[in-house]
Amino acid sequence: MAERCAVVGVGQTKHDARRIDVSQVGLVREAAERALENAELGWQDIDAVVIGKAPDLFEGVMMPELFLADALGGAGKPMLRVHTAGSVGGSTAVVAASLVQAGVHQRVLTVAYEKQSESNAMWALSIKIPFSQTIVAGAGGYFAPLIRGYMRRSGAPEDTGIRVAVKDRLNALKNPYAHLKFPDVDFDQVANSPMLWDPIRFLETCPSSDGACALVLAAEDAVGASPGKPAWVHATSMRSEPTMFSGRDQVNPQAGKDAAADLYKKAGITNPREEIDCAEIYVPFSWFEPMWMENLGFAPEGEGWKMTYEGATALDGDLPVNMSGGVLSSNPIGASGMLRFAEAALQVRGEAGEHQVDGARRALGHAYGGGSQYFSMWIVGEARP
Amino acid sequence: MSEEQKTVKAIDGPTRLEYRYSPGRASTRFLRGMEQKKILGQKCVGCGRVYVPPRGACARCGLPTEEEVEVQDTGTIVTFTIVRVPSQNIEIELPYCAASILLDGADIPFTALLRDVPVETVRLGMRVQGVWKPDAELGPSFDNIDHFTALDEPDVPFEKFQEHL
Repeated sequence: MAERCAVVGVGQTKHDARRIDVSQVGLVREAAERALENAELGWQDIDAVVIGKAPDLFEGVMMPELFLADALGGAGKPMLRVHTAGSVGGSTAVVAASLVQAGVHQRVLTVAYEKQSESNAMWALSIKIPFSQTIVAGAGGYFAPLIRGYMRRSGAPEDTGIRVAVKDRLNALKNPYAHLKFPDVDFDQVANSPMLWDPIRFLETCPSSDGACALVLAAEDAVGASPGKPAWVHATSMRSEPTMFSGRDQVNPQAGKDAAADLYKKAGITNPREEIDCAEIYVPFSWFEPMWMENLGFAPEGEGWKMTYEGATALDGDLPVNMSGGVLSSNPIGASGMLRFAEAALQVRGEAGEHQVDGARRALGHAYGGGSQYFSMWIVGEARP
Repeated sequence: MSEEQKTVKAIDGPTRLEYRYSPGRASTRFLRGMEQKKILGQKCVGCGRVYVPPRGACARCGLPTEEEVEVQDTGTIVTFTIVRVPSQNIEIELPYCAASILLDGADIPFTALLRDVPVETVRLGMRVQGVWKPDAELGPSFDNIDHFTALDEPDVPFEKFQEHL
């Protein structure tokens, strides 16, 4: 039996296109201090630090964890860097939780960040490699064909992605930390925004952001020292699959299905749509909401779009999705996964402010990365497991 | 001067990246084939699926791909995107079609440029053929197929290729 673990502190920065008011050090420190403040703990209370971010080329700084160690109170303590591409913020939290669940540490500070303005992630993702042709750049060019595949396979109405984008962008207006805010956003504005990688429009796309997120995780004996309501970790799961193999289904990847099945089994969930109150999932392009609804087992295959269409995923729906405004509204890549996990924790702690889902008692946080080949997720709840 | 003006906000520090790739045995066979306008794949000893370009192993079965198989330069578009936004590293006139193409005889698609076809007319299941560079420009490179273009053939039904999305 693993030790129980709970989130006792949550912190994040204001996410923005260019946080040139702070260095990378200042950025991570801002999130970490807020998490400690939220937990009412000091640096001396932390036993270990686990940090995550996406590829080093995104800032052009090799192994930034080395120079960030002292700013994060890591000197003299175990410090660990995690990397699993875009899912890294999620897997960093999972690794941190496992250190508590294994009984190794009482309190772990975990931090994830990206400062995209310091380099160019699009460039980093489209360097010329000798064994393939470089004709698409960045994530949009990679994922657009998969979205087209989903549309063909499911027969989803063509405006599904627009509806997701409007919903997430309206949710972002309620989140003081969100990067992109379009106060007048509506269906026509999204529909008329420029097509970038057909079928992905500009307003259906995530931004490039600077930002960080931090969590304080505590073992059961240490939970009481923090006054807020703990978000108990009910289950975590991670899965990966090879980038390239014949017959690989990138629209509905096996690794995601396996991770979800493992997660629900560990949490004792048999009907996720009924038993989970809200979900914050990794949707960098609007169409990934219906795709992941199916992959996560919230909807039968080919029917995820109906949840969007029927308003089930709206803030007042039966399964609110991306209450914070999601990756579409803030995308400091390395932190994006942890922000999903953090939003799930905020919801069950009752600390989500204007985007709080009434009566949220159990929430799912989800992240994916690479060419849809890394998945990490957790379920947190109000009840001690 | 105000405090705000005194703060140094950013300093440029350019980084250059050069990538030297050792192709290994399977890719060497493929690249030598490309020099002669031959597309060489490899068949998995377990599932019999043909990988192009070959990597020497099938990640589906965890088994080697030993038998060499020549595949055609004709194929089918399994999915695609129309790129309408410029990128720093890519100098192709906009808009253009990046297509995921399953070559005839292969069991895994790859992404390639489709040209000489109005982008509005690109469809899933469309038949295409590779257009090779002039013989004098051939080298051990994937880029020997300069681009793909449409064939005047009926579309392939979705069911035939949908597992390759």
